[in-house]
Amino acid sequence: MHAFRNILRTEARLYLRDLPTLLTIVGLPTMILVVLGLIPSLREPDPNFDGQNFVNYFAPSLLVVTLAMVGVNTMPMALATYRERGVLRRLATTPAHPGALLAAQLVVALAAILASALLLIVVGRLAFGVPLPRHPLGFTLAFVLGTAALLALGLLVAAVARTTKAAQALAVPLFLLTMFFGGVYLPRFLLPDAVARIGDYTPPGVQALLDAWTGPSPQPLHLAIMAVIAVAAGASAAKLFRWE
Amino acid sequence: MPVIEVTHLKKRYGDLVAVDDVSFAVEAGEIFGVLGPNGAGKTTTVECVAGLRVPDGGGVSVLGLDPRRDAAQLRQRVGVQLQESQLPDRLRVAEALELYASFYRNPADPAALIDKLGLGDKRNTAYKKLSGGQKQRLSIALALVGNPEIAILDELTTGLDPQARRDTWGLIEQVRDSGVTIVLVTHFMEEAERLCDRVAVIDRGRVVALDSPAGLVSTVAPEQRIRFRPSAPVDDRLLTDLPEVSAVQRTGGQVVVTGTGDLLHAVTSVLARHQIVAADLRLEQSTLDDAFVELTGHRPAN
Ligand SMILES: Nc1ncnc2c1ncn2[C@@H]1O[C@H](COP(=O)(O)OP(=O)(O)OP(=O)(O)O)[C@@H](O)[C@H]1O
Ligand SMILES: [Mg+2]
Repeated sequence: MHAFRNILRTEARLYLRDLPTLLTIVGLPTMILVVLGLIPSLREPDPNFDGQNFVNYFAPSLLVVTLAMVGVNTMPMALATYRERGVLRRLATTPAHPGALLAAQLVVALAAILASALLLIVVGRLAFGVPLPRHPLGFTLAFVLGTAALLALGLLVAAVARTTKAAQALAVPLFLLTMFFGGVYLPRFLLPDAVARIGDYTPPGVQALLDAWTGPSPQPLHLAIMAVIAVAAGASAAKLFRWE
Repeated sequence: MPVIEVTHLKKRYGDLVAVDDVSFAVEAGEIFGVLGPNGAGKTTTVECVAGLRVPDGGGVSVLGLDPRRDAAQLRQRVGVQLQESQLPDRLRVAEALELYASFYRNPADPAALIDKLGLGDKRNTAYKKLSGGQKQRLSIALALVGNPEIAILDELTTGLDPQARRDTWGLIEQVRDSGVTIVLVTHFMEEAERLCDRVAVIDRGRVVALDSPAGLVSTVAPEQRIRFRPSAPVDDRLLTDLPEVSAVQRTGGQVVVTGTGDLLHAVTSVLARHQIVAADLRLEQSTLDDAFVELTGHRPAN
């Protein structure tokens, strides 16, 4: 426990030290929100979005940005790099378990994801009147499960990739797909219906986030699928993970 | 009582037999060298001792414990410097040592260790900004920060400049003098000769010799060579009649005498008796280098 606390403190410090990455991870979704929010027509109610404006409709997709960046990109890449450079092995020679470093990586990743989501929700509310999530419990559940599913996929990437190059080769397409199905590149109402439906079930489950934020309430099936992905990917990652 | 005992160790990677049959025992308080050409199985051997790899056969006992089963205990008591292991780019020297010190029950003082290893003016420098030799020194410090009873150092001074190498040797002697047993994998014969009490030479996964450096030299390559320029003609017979002499050669005006035992004394005495002065006299003794080549058929890396 003692070792874990010290490793966590060190990892947090290293995370804060990489300012450009930190700012992107935490701030990018909010920056996009601000740019879009400054366009008056996007703040007009629109029948396309059940009478909401585009900014409200698009906010959950902006949550996906950080989740995708951290979950299937920076977190697995950091772990793959630690493995490739022998950081995990060196730790294995000490009384501290390399698992503590993995756990610390997950905690800082979660903290960054949470900070980014809070910033987005608060700025959206204060600057553009985006309502706070209508179903706080449902939203928390959708967010937690979606995050867990993506982080588990990220861990699976870190587990199966032997080198950082291999991790990159898996992480980049996964990142692009997550962003695409999350409706970040093209708002989902512009996507063919089938593609948008697939997006309901790809982590982090943007439809459940939207439903819980401004809609009726998340559908249990959407949430259940995220839970299944989280458990399946997480268990495979735990089974396949190599410390060297 | 040996502190490390390796008996008939065997380790395969798929079809490749990295360690075929390695046995040795390391006594408390000694500096034990492991020499051998690239790919001989040195790293694999010491990593089995450190509990990082699971042997396919044979036994390893460290401080009377099993490196796998008693891993938790041994990690407190054995410090390891891996051949290839880095740190996060942005981690600073002092942070790294303080973090690693916090893992141990009785750690060394990180600040003192930093100074001892000549990293005093780098304590706030990020890992990626250190030179290769400074990284290496940090790595040595990390292996010692837990105040281990045994330190396993794989390629201790690779990448260090000659001065830093000598400083590190001094440090290792200090560490040994404080009672730590040291296992040292090295490619530098000079390092082995200077530091090691005993040396195991490993070649293709087997121990081909195990002795003190001087013992290895005298048993494997006992030849000595004397070169000189005689002041008057010398009859070869004069020299070849000496029991110590095995051969006499001439190159230009130079006489080269090869032999064993107290060769120098025998040759100079016989010359003196015939009133011949040996100018430019030089004695060349075999070194660990010669013994290494003899044993493994490889040139040492440097
Ligand atoms: N993880 C591994 N997987 C597969 N083969 C390996 C692995 N590690 C080492 N080997 C192989 O085992 C053999 C012994 O390697 P080892 O690293 O023990 O040699 P070494 O004596 O330390 O060499 P060097 O002086 O180059 O460090 C080599 O042929 C190497 O290619
Ligand atoms: Mg090696």
